Amino acid sequence: MLRRIEEMTGSTAMTNRRTFVAASAGLAAFGLTPRLAGAQQRFASIYMFVPAGPGGGWDGLGRAIEQAARQSGLVGTFQFENVGGAGGMVGLPRFLSQRRGRADALMVGGSVMVGASLTNKTPVSLQNTVPVARMTEEAGVIIVPANSPYQNIRQLLDALKENPRAVSVAGGSAGGTDHIILGLMLQKLGRQAREASFVAFPGGGPAQAAVLGGQVAAGISGWSEFSEQIKAGRVRALATTGERRIDTDVPTLKESGMDVVATNWRGVFGAPGINATQRQALVDLMTAIHATEAWRGILTDRGWEDAFLTGTPFEQFLEKDRADTESVLKDLGLA
Amino acid sequence: MDSLSGLALGFGNALSLANLAWALLGCFLGTAVGVLPGIGPALTIALLLPITFSVSATGAFILFCGVFYGAMYGGSTTSILLNTPGESGSIITALEGAKMARNGRAGPALATSAIGSFVAGTVGTLGIAFLGPVIVEWALVLGPAEYFSLMVLCFVTVSAVLGSSPLRGLTSLFFGLMLGLVGVDLQTGQPRLTFGVPELLDGVNVVLVAVALFAVGEALYMAWHHHAGKQEVLAVGRLMLSKEDLKRSFWPWIRGAGLGFPFGVLPAGGTEMPTMLSYFAERKLVKPEYAQEFGTTGAIEGVAGPEAANNAAAAGILVPMLTLGLPTSATAAIMLSAFQSYGINPGPLLFTQQAELVWTLIASLFIANVMLVVLNLPLVGLWVRILKIPVPQLYAGILVFATIGTYGISNSVIDLVLLYALGIVAMFMRRFDFPVAPVVIGMILGPMAEQALRQALTISQGDWTVFVTRPGSAIILGLAILALAGPRLYAAIARKA
Repeated sequence: MLRRIEEMTGSTAMTNRRTFVAASAGLAAFGLTPRLAGAQQRFASIYMFVPAGPGGGWDGLGRAIEQAARQSGLVGTFQFENVGGAGGMVGLPRFLSQRRGRADALMVGGSVMVGASLTNKTPVSLQNTVPVARMTEEAGVIIVPANSPYQNIRQLLDALKENPRAVSVAGGSAGGTDHIILGLMLQKLGRQAREASFVAFPGGGPAQAAVLGGQVAAGISGWSEFSEQIKAGRVRALATTGERRIDTDVPTLKESGMDVVATNWRGVFGAPGINATQRQALVDLMTAIHATEAWRGILTDRGWEDAFLTGTPFEQFLEKDRADTESVLKDLGLA
Repeated sequence: MDSLSGLALGFGNALSLANLAWALLGCFLGTAVGVLPGIGPALTIALLLPITFSVSATGAFILFCGVFYGAMYGGSTTSILLNTPGESGSIITALEGAKMARNGRAGPALATSAIGSFVAGTVGTLGIAFLGPVIVEWALVLGPAEYFSLMVLCFVTVSAVLGSSPLRGLTSLFFGLMLGLVGVDLQTGQPRLTFGVPELLDGVNVVLVAVALFAVGEALYMAWHHHAGKQEVLAVGRLMLSKEDLKRSFWPWIRGAGLGFPFGVLPAGGTEMPTMLSYFAERKLVKPEYAQEFGTTGAIEGVAGPEAANNAAAAGILVPMLTLGLPTSATAAIMLSAFQSYGINPGPLLFTQQAELVWTLIASLFIANVMLVVLNLPLVGLWVRILKIPVPQLYAGILVFATIGTYGISNSVIDLVLLYALGIVAMFMRRFDFPVAPVVIGMILGPMAEQALRQALTISQGDWTVFVTRPGSAIILGLAILALAGPRLYAAIARKA
């Protein structure tokens, strides 16, 4: 699925739409935290490929993995490469061709890439990589301006059911996570996804501004983007889109009788052409990193939801995510 | 905490030796990256993010603010000297600035842009400190309909750069509009004019286009028309502002700063629109005796105004970030992610919960601003020496510089192909007297106007009257009509009288 801006903060799609890219290994060396040798070293070095510019969500996950792995001594050194653009679709082909068969290569990726390869009809997709582990996920939240007539999710759903066109909903780019959530909701309401009055904004900031200013009836975005506005009472959260509640006061869509679960997940993938043993070594590495104290600390600091999943369950999850995304995108006429 | 005691606290924190050193490092780095086209403050701060693991929050943010302001100063230097804008906010500066440099007035152009940046940076930072929270509430009232009307107002500015033949000017404009269409359409998620090239999915970078049209096109044209044996060296002329320059720059600085700051605060504002509007305003308001300098030998007003607007807008961009936690630009988004790595959640409560950090940051913006003008003014003498390089070598250098900078945008060979393809187009445009500025204006405004139009119409369920029934939008459209028809009406009345 596609929430470009959040993953690739580099592009304020207004002016500088090409996300930037940098081989940032040099400067990254600036902030090396002291290494506490403890666990046994599993890899002397890992090549981490980030198909987005520095500073965004994928880059953040890659560097957090580096931080945890080096602190616990699981990996000696990391080498980073960032190639941003088009929801990861510029970087992905490069990773596939240049790292084929490399057992020490990892690529960060996530739900955004599933949608991006479908809408852009690219010849390659995440299916060409070797899934290693899902690490984190973030649920979406459906919000309305503080002075909105909609007090709860039921009222909003009723309004959507009656006339979707009259309820404008702000979110990230068309075909992205936010759009897909709205599409899934409309499908469950017996409506068509393409009836949605979805107003796409280039990124979280402008979309938030539109909801805060009451320009639109509602908004859908990642929880973290709106959590502070919700706390300050500037917008009202009606529902979240995960399996469980994030905030005890905000119900999930599922418990409100709307069977929609959609999150923006992020994980790591291996290069094509590696064998089962090599793949298992990467899975073991991620399992070990996930078990470290340092990783726990990072999850709490950044407010990331732990969504660790490997092996067959991860593959099944990927398959389902792809099928769901494709069905909505087809309904929207985007795939 | 009121603004004054906040500022006092902030200066108390920022004026430590270590923090001053961070500010100086930031200003220096920022100036350097501002000079290079392609590498901007957002990328630099992103690369510096890992220092948040080991440096205090205050130190890191002072460094980042130095980079941010420094890049705004540095961007104008290459615009003026080499006709190669370092970032999108200084594209307009190149219009008059480069002409001034070609006519022996590089020194005053650089000086007016440095002092103008200082004036506007100070006005803008004062704006953050005293007006920020109020003005941002007004900014939120503007929706897509108003933004579309603002773009219409900005399109009026094209008339200032169309040149002698409207047909040629409009052809250039439409070429720019077409370039702006390339990439994935935000409202439908569908690729347009990408021809299956994944690198084009995110569109064509506007700095790349500006560099191709201004610098590469001119260099190729020079190569085409160069006569061997004749060694020309550009005149450098006097370095500092004369009294007259100062007088001519003063009001453009103030107007530019006044225009830039509110645009920066707008969630979908940015630095490009105010620089265009400032250029248009200065061109219309210039004293008749200097009017012929515009577009010919280079008018100082056309550098002072846009450069001030650029810097004030840059300050304004920080307002929604600090007061509401809204990242409205790439740089702000990266700074917000830096807040998060300190466990600070930027949002509407930032000003109250992290008052000390925020005020230190604002104080350090003032300090960075002073540092930058002190750093940059003496450098004017050094920079203009670049122009003493003989023309063939100078243009060869510009080509190398433009190529490296463009490659730096995304390490993509496709970008280089585009750079030279557009450069060749620009060479022919110059040969056949097509102005290149409308291309860039069309490319910046076109996509913004299109998205705002479609957002507004989605919200209004297809009702076009929304642009005149919303008061804000109607007022802005009225201004646009006034700006377009006003000068003609005025001339007609003046002729009768």
